[in-house]
Amino acid sequence: MSGFVSIRNLRKSYGQFEALKGIDLDVAKGEVVCIIGPSGSGKSTLIRCINRLESFSQGSEIRVDGIPVITGRALAKVRAEVGMVFQSFNLFPHLTVRENVMLAPRRVRGTSRAEAAAQADRLLARVGIASQADKYPEHLSGGQQQRVAIARALAMEPQVMLFDEPTSALDPEMVGEVLDVMRDLARTGVTMIVVTHEMGFASQVADRVIFMDGGQIVEQGPPSQVLSNPQETRTRNFLGAVLNH
Amino acid sequence: MDIFDTFLNAEVMRRTFPMLLQGLWITLQLGAASIVAGLVLGLGLSMLRLYGPAPVRFLTRVYIDIFRSIPLLVLLIIVYYALPFVGLRLSPFVSAMTALTLVSGAYTAEIFRAGIEAIPKGQFEASAALGLSGRQTMADVILPQAVKIVIPPLTNNSINVVKDTALASVVAMPDLLKQATQAQALAANPTPLIVAAAIYVAFLWPLVALVSRMERRFAARRR
Ligand SMILES: Nc1ncnc2c1ncn2[C@@H]1O[C@H](COP(=O)(O)OP(=O)(O)OP(=O)(O)O)[C@@H](O)[C@H]1O
Ligand SMILES: [Mg+2]
Repeated sequence: MSGFVSIRNLRKSYGQFEALKGIDLDVAKGEVVCIIGPSGSGKSTLIRCINRLESFSQGSEIRVDGIPVITGRALAKVRAEVGMVFQSFNLFPHLTVRENVMLAPRRVRGTSRAEAAAQADRLLARVGIASQADKYPEHLSGGQQQRVAIARALAMEPQVMLFDEPTSALDPEMVGEVLDVMRDLARTGVTMIVVTHEMGFASQVADRVIFMDGGQIVEQGPPSQVLSNPQETRTRNFLGAVLNH
Repeated sequence: MDIFDTFLNAEVMRRTFPMLLQGLWITLQLGAASIVAGLVLGLGLSMLRLYGPAPVRFLTRVYIDIFRSIPLLVLLIIVYYALPFVGLRLSPFVSAMTALTLVSGAYTAEIFRAGIEAIPKGQFEASAALGLSGRQTMADVILPQAVKIVIPPLTNNSINVVKDTALASVVAMPDLLKQATQAQALAANPTPLIVAAAIYVAFLWPLVALVSRMERRFAARRR
């Protein structure tokens, strides 16, 4: 049985260095998967392959909703179904918050200006920043910027949302507001793949936690198992280091 | 013998000023046309230079380097005097505009490239993740941000293009400089040359000052 997102034998090399050493992963529709692991273990590389921000080796296969993630026409379809939120927000600084959210629906889907604006305002209200719609990103706090980035990704009505350490660049007092938005999102049934160091979030929200190390999946399972009762030594060492930090 | 009567003779000035104005008009037309054509050419070249297939990227780089090395006067003389040997006879205006555009396009391409490369990688990635095409990413995300960076160097380049229009006088273009030298011959007095120089400065000084101001503001904002 293959998942809504299905990854088979995913390999990725940077020159001689193999960052992903054959990953197999299936994510079901509506599932929330959190990926944890030490720095350099390949977490970012893995999720960036899913919408092909990174290319990957021949023989690897990724499918989203059955569509193979290969360059060409199919890739546009996949990217329309897969939203992504980055550690560094990557908002468009020359556009207002509302225009940031409107851009992709307008250009990719051909949505009318009025409709896109109405949708943007609904999404901005949903992430709690309706009042900031006419501001430029630089005038927002980090937490607000990241919530705009989430709204911007949601505007394409994606089936899958990828998050790459969405709270790592935030001041501690702003982490909660972003995690709250993500928690709400998880309840709406969007498939989510989240790279995170927030163990609290992972244990409360994730259906499954994946521990990666050295370009491989070392251990996976429900949070109660992986986080509270890990079987592998590497997982135990990592969790020990993180929790005693 | 009064220095004013020689170099700033009011009577000569009065008589030759209409000629100079005609020349100025042609200089401005030539400058504007070459600047606009150079911008279009430069934008196209910068795209090929950055995103073309490998052989195209290589050829674009060769073009850019050649046209930044060749003296404009040499190029102009080739276009005007050498091309007729292969049956291509261009008017002085078109010859001058061609030479100016080819060179300005090469410089402009490098300016655009630097501007685009200054945009953080995350902007390209966010655009790609949203499903924007390469063209949409350029038009809606990258170029609007790059424009702010490239305006000072583009203005600088435009100043150079306007200055270089004076070279067109060697291919018998009745531009400001040519008119001034003719007026000088007619009046047997160098006043028209001085006036022409003053006109160039009057037009370009404000632009030079503007570039300095933009560069200072840009440097301040970066800090
Ligand atoms: N562009 C690149 N060129 C060369 N090596 C790279 C490149 N990008 C990533 N790597 C290497 O691939 C490995 C995996 O990187 P990746 O960014 O996926 O790790 P990560 O698990 O996300 O780490 P972190 O927690 O620090 O974000 C690392 O060893 C990294 O040095
Ligand atoms: Mg990472």
